[in-house]
Amino acid sequence: MVNVGTDRVKRGMAEMQKGGVIMDVINAEQAKIAEEAGAVAVMALERVPSDIRKAGGVARMADPTIVEEVMNAVSIPVMAKARIGHIVEARVLESMGVDYIDESEVLTPADEVYHLNKKDYTVPFVCGCRDLGEAARRIGEGASMLRTKGEPGTGNIVEAVRHMREVNAQVRKLVTMSVDEVMTFAKELGAPYEVLLDIKENGRLPVVNFAAGGIATPADAALMMQLGADGVFVGSGIFKSDNPEKFARAIVEATTHYEDYELIARVSKDLGEAMKGIEISTIQPHERMQDRGW
Amino acid sequence: MITVGVLGLQGAVREHIHSIERSGHQAVVVKKVEQLNEIDGLILPGGESTTMRRLIDKYAFLEPLRQFGEAGKPIFGTCAGLILLANKITNQEGYHLGLMDMTVTRNAFGRQKESFEATLQIEGVADDYDAVFIRAPYINAVGAGVNVLSTYQGAIVAAEEGPFLCASFHPELTKDDRLVQYFIKKIEESKKHLQVKA
Repeated sequence: MVNVGTDRVKRGMAEMQKGGVIMDVINAEQAKIAEEAGAVAVMALERVPSDIRKAGGVARMADPTIVEEVMNAVSIPVMAKARIGHIVEARVLESMGVDYIDESEVLTPADEVYHLNKKDYTVPFVCGCRDLGEAARRIGEGASMLRTKGEPGTGNIVEAVRHMREVNAQVRKLVTMSVDEVMTFAKELGAPYEVLLDIKENGRLPVVNFAAGGIATPADAALMMQLGADGVFVGSGIFKSDNPEKFARAIVEATTHYEDYELIARVSKDLGEAMKGIEISTIQPHERMQDRGW
Repeated sequence: MITVGVLGLQGAVREHIHSIERSGHQAVVVKKVEQLNEIDGLILPGGESTTMRRLIDKYAFLEPLRQFGEAGKPIFGTCAGLILLANKITNQEGYHLGLMDMTVTRNAFGRQKESFEATLQIEGVADDYDAVFIRAPYINAVGAGVNVLSTYQGAIVAAEEGPFLCASFHPELTKDDRLVQYFIKKIEESKKHLQVKA
């Protein structure tokens, strides 16, 4: 009996990434720097989120040449982003043998009503979430991994913190409530009832939940781990900093030893300038990436 | 009472801890070299082998881990952990711990979309073991001292050599603790043996 694309295989792949850092890269050279620094996976993109933000216009799946180049350059897993609801971009990435697809709000959505039916695919998906309702809907559609949405490309951790706290607080509430109350909680959250029951029974989400969207320093990464993240995605933070190699290694170390403050102090020294951050209130409502997704 | 450590630098650490605890023993997440003195056996979990090696080097774990093994203390490597144990890796110069006499190939079954589940026979453990393979390595060849425990379509996917045990798949991703219990038996035997020697 052989089975590919089962829940255990797809969710298990994300379990293996735990405690690690997944880094955004735009070419083979950056991918090698990331691998060398100890990244557990790379996200192959045409532009990092802060550049997508600057460029404006429509952001789409990366040119397959870039994805292929990155896949050939490293032996760690390669992820790539498809637009929300873009069935064909997802199928194209799957056919190329990408190891994980991020159905991502960083790109311009292709569908403003529906997400992908991720159960249909052999390749696993990661999706963003801001609260338990969103997390449970994505799990219901077949996501095998979650991440906070945060506010990508800002270098500002505040939204990722909000989203991680919100999801975990709601999970705690669910776990302690009476079963009688779950249906109404499901209604309030807009969450599938069965998914909530499963979370209640097991005391935790059935998939790993990473932090993403605004991590710019080793201390940010460690903060998210302390708030209960299983690992972190770093987008613009690394290759927009002064010294990407050093920065990447420092973030990896701080993620592994997130409670060792002397170590975090040591790796944070002389890192040069971090990426310039953006205060969330200065972002126009229509430019907020976290509001994309349904 | 037996204490089993799980190397906690990166990967599926928590699942192994649960599996040890379900088997009725004490489990410890090992993040610092000194902790190797507190444990009777060690699990090298699944994760990304390149990442683990970077962190092993960074925290000067390599020699202490080798010494732990050379002292006859049992080590169980799953997936990435199997790669760490081998003394030869296809398409790669050098090795990590080199404690087991075998040649392994990384991502030998393909990329993630080729990852699979299969039912295995594992000698001395089970005839019906549901194994989860994720971007898994396999063992191409073993030395004379290595005992092959399981094969899948001709590839070696589980083996042991003295106190060392390894599997290409992830026992920690299922609720089947039989392979972990087999490892714990190995630790119990080695503990008796090491006590007699002392």
